[in-house]
Amino acid sequence: MTQITAAMVREHGLSDPEYARILELMGREPTFVELGIFSVMWSEHCSYKSTRAHLKKLPTKAPWVIQGPGENAGVIDIGDGDAAIFKMESHNHPSFIEPYQGAATGVGGIMRDVFTMGARPIAMMNALRFGEPDHPKTRHLVSGVVSGIGGYGNCMGVPTVGGEVNFHKSYNGNILVNAMCVGLARQDKIFLSAAKGAGNPVVYVGSKTGRDGIHGATMASAEFDDASEEKRPTVQVGDPFTEKLLLEACLELMATDAIIAIQDMGAAGLTSSSAEMGDKGGSGIELDLDKVPQREANMTAYEMMLSESQERMLAVLKPGREAQAEAIFKKWELDFAVIGITTNTNRLVIKHKGKVEADMPITALSDAAPIYERPYTERKPLTGEPSYDKKKNVLASLKTILASPDMASRRWVWEQYDHTVMADTVQVPGGDAAVVRVHGSNKALAITTDVTPRYCRPDPFEGGKQAVAEAWRNLTAVGAVPLAVTDNLNYGNPQKPEIMWEIVAGIDGIGAACRALDFPVIGGNCSLYNETNGEGILPTPAIGGVGLMQDVTKMATVGFKRAGDVVILIGETKGHLGQSIYLREIEGREEGAAPKVDLGIEKKNGDFVRKLIQAGRVDTVHDVSDGGLLVAVAEMAMVRGIGASIGLAGLPDAIPFWFGEDQARYVIAAPPAEAEKIRTEAQGAGITVAGLGKTGGDTITLDDKDSVKIAALKDGFESWFPNFMAGEEIPVTN
Amino acid sequence: MKSAVIVFPASNCDRDAKVALEQMTGKTPHMVWHQDSELPDVDLVVLPGGFSYGDYLRCGAMASQSAVMKSVKAHADKGGMVLGVCNGFQVLTESHMLPGALMRNAGLKFVCKPVGLEVEETQSGFTRKYEHGQRVTFPVAHGEGSYFADEETLNRLEGENRVAFRYAKGENPNGSARNIAGILSEKRNVLGLMPHPERVVDEVLGGTDGRNLFHSLIETLS
Amino acid sequence: MSSSLKARVFITLKNGVLDPQGKAIGHALNGLGFGSVGEVRQGKVIDLELSGSDAEKAKTELKAMCEKLLANTVIEKYEIELK
Repeated sequence: MTQITAAMVREHGLSDPEYARILELMGREPTFVELGIFSVMWSEHCSYKSTRAHLKKLPTKAPWVIQGPGENAGVIDIGDGDAAIFKMESHNHPSFIEPYQGAATGVGGIMRDVFTMGARPIAMMNALRFGEPDHPKTRHLVSGVVSGIGGYGNCMGVPTVGGEVNFHKSYNGNILVNAMCVGLARQDKIFLSAAKGAGNPVVYVGSKTGRDGIHGATMASAEFDDASEEKRPTVQVGDPFTEKLLLEACLELMATDAIIAIQDMGAAGLTSSSAEMGDKGGSGIELDLDKVPQREANMTAYEMMLSESQERMLAVLKPGREAQAEAIFKKWELDFAVIGITTNTNRLVIKHKGKVEADMPITALSDAAPIYERPYTERKPLTGEPSYDKKKNVLASLKTILASPDMASRRWVWEQYDHTVMADTVQVPGGDAAVVRVHGSNKALAITTDVTPRYCRPDPFEGGKQAVAEAWRNLTAVGAVPLAVTDNLNYGNPQKPEIMWEIVAGIDGIGAACRALDFPVIGGNCSLYNETNGEGILPTPAIGGVGLMQDVTKMATVGFKRAGDVVILIGETKGHLGQSIYLREIEGREEGAAPKVDLGIEKKNGDFVRKLIQAGRVDTVHDVSDGGLLVAVAEMAMVRGIGASIGLAGLPDAIPFWFGEDQARYVIAAPPAEAEKIRTEAQGAGITVAGLGKTGGDTITLDDKDSVKIAALKDGFESWFPNFMAGEEIPVTN
Repeated sequence: MKSAVIVFPASNCDRDAKVALEQMTGKTPHMVWHQDSELPDVDLVVLPGGFSYGDYLRCGAMASQSAVMKSVKAHADKGGMVLGVCNGFQVLTESHMLPGALMRNAGLKFVCKPVGLEVEETQSGFTRKYEHGQRVTFPVAHGEGSYFADEETLNRLEGENRVAFRYAKGENPNGSARNIAGILSEKRNVLGLMPHPERVVDEVLGGTDGRNLFHSLIETLS
Repeated sequence: MSSSLKARVFITLKNGVLDPQGKAIGHALNGLGFGSVGEVRQGKVIDLELSGSDAEKAKTELKAMCEKLLANTVIEKYEIELK
């Protein structure tokens, strides 16, 4: 038997105290296979050891929450016996090393998380962060990630309906690829991962096991250095064709009543799926690895247990149903094998070639996994109002901002994604939130992902709040009732107290906003150690939000629709320029306080706007976020080329008014009579409201003086991305 | 009008085709698995969009060899109608039921967007309800839709009025020869096209330009 | 004793068929300073193992495979190499 050395322990990413704990739990030295199993199950990625204590503080309950955090994905009640099942997950490190496959397998993984629960995936989103545009790797990474997402999602036939793309130097060495999947199921057909009961067959379905991605889960939890780029061979390759077959086969099997529990094999493959199923079911699991379908010869037990080959699932069936299940998987030309049995021992037992390679208590892998209350050092949020040049021309600045990397149109990205397959996409990318109809009904789900990382470094707490508030606002702006969120917390090294504080404050901010907005967290994922050579990313707690619309015909979109509509601003504008796009793009500075979100006002303003949409009184709404008010108006004008003449009498200073990033604001447009009623009602409800002007013409005109052609704005807005990517050497294609 | 939709492994517009047919004809089509060697008694066979066999080797190549395609060919030989959309069009060229080939988009990227088309040929069971030269908008969603054929074949297609749809001026999304978006077989009972008419039959989804294709089929086949 | 043959099939686009991938590669190589690069054509290689030892029979079979599935002879040509 292999003697475990201190070097082996270190290579497995386990600390000395952690190894001492293992010796104590096992009562003996672990085998090499057991050491490997501990290393993945106790990794940050699987155990959430740095964040678990804080994640517990998040609100996770509401009358409409069917399943909160802890399963493969969260589940909410959307009426009529239907359920929406969704989750967001990161695939950051693999995507940096091999962008096409990293992003593709990220998409595949999150889809499996959703369909393993019995849902048919109906929409995908992706929150992407890249380094500076002129960093030498950025184009290649953008090209590869976008192709990878498209290559996988398009083949699956699930529409990719939106997301985010940001550029910032803090991501130069650590890009973020966060994929969100939303699925639809019947409430009485939801499948969980608890392998309850002894003597039930454990079956393996999907692709064969190879030596892919061994130690991917540990890699995802370690800081990068320059040598990491040599880790390429561990990257898994995605096979969307097999996943599509797996999806259809699983849904076909789920339509029967043969399944007791089912779980996808994601990070740490066979290890985490079997341990988690046994743990949740309070049972034991015994596996015979000789029965595992293998792609390569002479695989060891260690390799099989740690392989991250994609497109595989583990299920526990009712006894005697093996033949029925096998017939389904054979029809779809997938591997199917009974590889083990559930027991009442509460132990995970791994046999290979007649030898017991591992025999360990399952609780040692789950409950006994370390939890750290890592020390953190509080940092005062940045304060202060930044200075700016009051003489700068407003419309010239608008033009510059619309053609800047973070603000320009993402059409180049989303036209590579099939966003209309499944024939239910009611609102395509480019709006405030995507809207996807619940198949065969008049209901729809609104979906968005949001976070403003540049607010999160100066003020992690307000940044966390703002991410949730913006997601809530985007769902509201299309007319949906926001129901729940999934979070994807991307941070640097939690062992640094100043980073740990960003994490703690960020989670607190998310919690505060979710509580105030009745917007519970039903699942999520943490990605820590996003650092290269000691440089951490901006704190990036991405929020994926889902809302419900009862009547899809009562929906608002961003674009102005008619000339002669009155343009109304809902919400108060103080002119907050700290950490704004204006300050960064025009003044070249990232400074000042991040904007604060007053959650009470946020709710009040949002509820008011949503009611107008639901009543069919307003069809043109846009939330005000990055870039401020004038950018929002310009975006509304560019959709159909319908302009607006706007202004506000007695403005003390134009720049903060037009470009400030004050929160809880919406621009709406409505015919004059309706607009007048809306203003009166808003005033009556104590909501700040202002008339800005009227739609019409082909320009944006300010105060009847200065004007700019919409076509000129649109040209810069649409051309930045394609021009940037035209500098790519060889386009990455599948 | 009785119809069937063929389901290949990793077809993914099979449900969209089914829903559109149901909506437009009021009848549920038969869903036929690729390993079935017999077709049910139908007037129309639809080869849907998707990534049959993962688009591995070449788009549509392996699907064209599947058991059901022998029956689809026999159906067409007898004059039965066949509609191939996107991957279905690729399957039709790979099985030589239509001439030419569909190659990697000129821009090398997958492209999904609404494109303007002109209905070039209305003398067919698929297009008779459109007006000649009518401008319609269908979405495309493909990585390999650049239509290629040698000059002689292209001349023949045009000479025999077999170009059913062309990309409108400035709208060609993939570099297709002579802006060809969809072509008819010699007997005019097989249509292959890259754009998706089945995605534009529902007002809520932003357009209904695809309806007339289904209305044409209904008129032809009832 | 079972014997086997190894075959390699090269599939390339016919002359005159536009190859946008080859074009992009050529452009990129020029951009990297490889000025000597003229036209570039991209193709694929398929390695196969065949049972049996009759090379002539194998060649006939491989040709049929190419015609039927491996190559699309509308746009592609193929070459067979037996080892």
